Amino acid sequence: MAITNWLWDIQGGVTLGIIWAMMALGLYLTYRVLNYADMTVDGSLTLGGAISAVAVTAGVPPILAILIAMVGGMAAGSVTGFLHTKLKIPDLLAGILTQFGLYSINLRIMGKANFGLLNQVTLFSQIKDLGVPSKWAGLVVGLIFIVILVIGIYCFFGTEIGCALRATGNNPDMVRAMGSNTKAYIVLGLVIGNGLVAMCGAILAQYQGYADINMGVGTIVIGLAAIMIGEVIFSKKSYMHRLTGVVIGSIVYRIVIAFVLRISLNSNFIIKITADDMKLITAILVAIAMVLPRMQKKAAAKSAKGDHK
Amino acid sequence: MLDISHVYKSFNIGTPVQKDALIDLSLHLNEGDFVTVIGGNGAGKSTMLNAVAGVFGVDEGTIKIAGNDVTKDPEYKRAKYIGRVFQDPLRGTAGDMWIEENLAFALRRGKRRSFKWGISNKEREQFVELLKTLDLGLENRLSAKVGLLSGGQRQALTLLMATIQKPQLLLLDEHTAALDPHTAKKVLDITNKVVTENNLTTLMITHNMKDAIKYGNRLIMMQDGRIIYDVAGEEKKNLKVSDLLVKFEEASGGEFANDRMMLAR
Repeated sequence: MAITNWLWDIQGGVTLGIIWAMMALGLYLTYRVLNYADMTVDGSLTLGGAISAVAVTAGVPPILAILIAMVGGMAAGSVTGFLHTKLKIPDLLAGILTQFGLYSINLRIMGKANFGLLNQVTLFSQIKDLGVPSKWAGLVVGLIFIVILVIGIYCFFGTEIGCALRATGNNPDMVRAMGSNTKAYIVLGLVIGNGLVAMCGAILAQYQGYADINMGVGTIVIGLAAIMIGEVIFSKKSYMHRLTGVVIGSIVYRIVIAFVLRISLNSNFIIKITADDMKLITAILVAIAMVLPRMQKKAAAKSAKGDHK
Repeated sequence: MLDISHVYKSFNIGTPVQKDALIDLSLHLNEGDFVTVIGGNGAGKSTMLNAVAGVFGVDEGTIKIAGNDVTKDPEYKRAKYIGRVFQDPLRGTAGDMWIEENLAFALRRGKRRSFKWGISNKEREQFVELLKTLDLGLENRLSAKVGLLSGGQRQALTLLMATIQKPQLLLLDEHTAALDPHTAKKVLDITNKVVTENNLTTLMITHNMKDAIKYGNRLIMMQDGRIIYDVAGEEKKNLKVSDLLVKFEEASGGEFANDRMMLAR
């Protein structure tokens, strides 16, 4: 009995991890490839969820609702891009402003703080109708999306525009000297990145059966956790490795959280760890993950010095 | 090929630290001119190059490249005419990208980038041939990260990238200053070869007066935002470092030449 519980935890973690990995891939594009800390994502994830929930309720086919949500996220990304490149607002603040403004927009779209999708047709109900057991529908949908996304992004990186995007994050001076407008590529990266984040929010809303005004809180931290766990346990040899690493990182993160919750459920600690505590735990995790590589380098440098003596 | 006419550029205008970096600067380069630029620190050499490249706009005057007025164009738009190598070896290449990716990127300088593949097999063959001319063994390392190369290798690669698609104008901003003397000489020799073989119109800033005399067909000396000495042809060939030092002392009112200029002998 206990073991099956743990196995279902893993299955649930994999499903959630794969769905959230779409967001992590979007964040990877801005944070790692473009070297831009984009705070918009907290807002654009909710935006995606809100658009998706409202559209599905209005009778829009679920897959179309997801695409519309994606366009919404792209628009949000372009606003941040405009604030940063045209109005010269620093990158962090540009994202925070968009995110802050999106809170009102998201409430306008949903008309209330929590928008339920009870008995609505979603992508997952459609998959169930095709004969997939309901416990596995999430995994099936998630896998289809994530495989397409990883291959799509990988191929995109190989195109002329993809190369220019990568070069912009790596050495903007060189990109300008080679005749490309770095501002255009920053905006492009933000548009694609937030499109992916909103797509994640849209699928998430259909998966959990509701959109919530706070569903995007901490998105950037969760995405960073996925990226960093992925980098620790997966090689950075090629972009296929790195992108897969982000997905694996996202899955591992969700499984760890599921296990922590399971352990606390069965334990007799004075403080019961609940889902609400996960934000603190994640923040600590990410902080450690950000410091760890530097500490390792320092230690390596120290021992190298010692060898010379 | 290059026409700079009556260009003014000041920094920190209206503040106590206002710096008039270029004052009524005019310079005309014919096609195929290889001009070396010398002058003390703060003479305006780099400011002139950056003004031509469009790193910043100028306060007055016009800049034309191959007959096109580029005075108002941003840096990335002018890049279709200009190849550049910077002083810092890290600036001219993308360190996290492969050698072939950098070259393919440079091959598309000034062209519209699309969703076509960023590099083709035919281009790879071209890159191998080009890298062989550097004689640095890079032809076998197409998929090595540029960040793994030495400073000299990176500058040689940057030079190749700046000229892989023949530029109307090549700007070299002390591109060997950060290298050790041996590597610097090698990169300079490669530079000279590339420039003369392709008959490139070139502006090269250097702190080394011997190099300024040895390379190119024309030499200009700058001081306080102006060109104070412009010499070409036979007269330039017969120049000696001591001549330049005399010129420099004349210009700076008989005072000792800038320390770095002295040391650069």
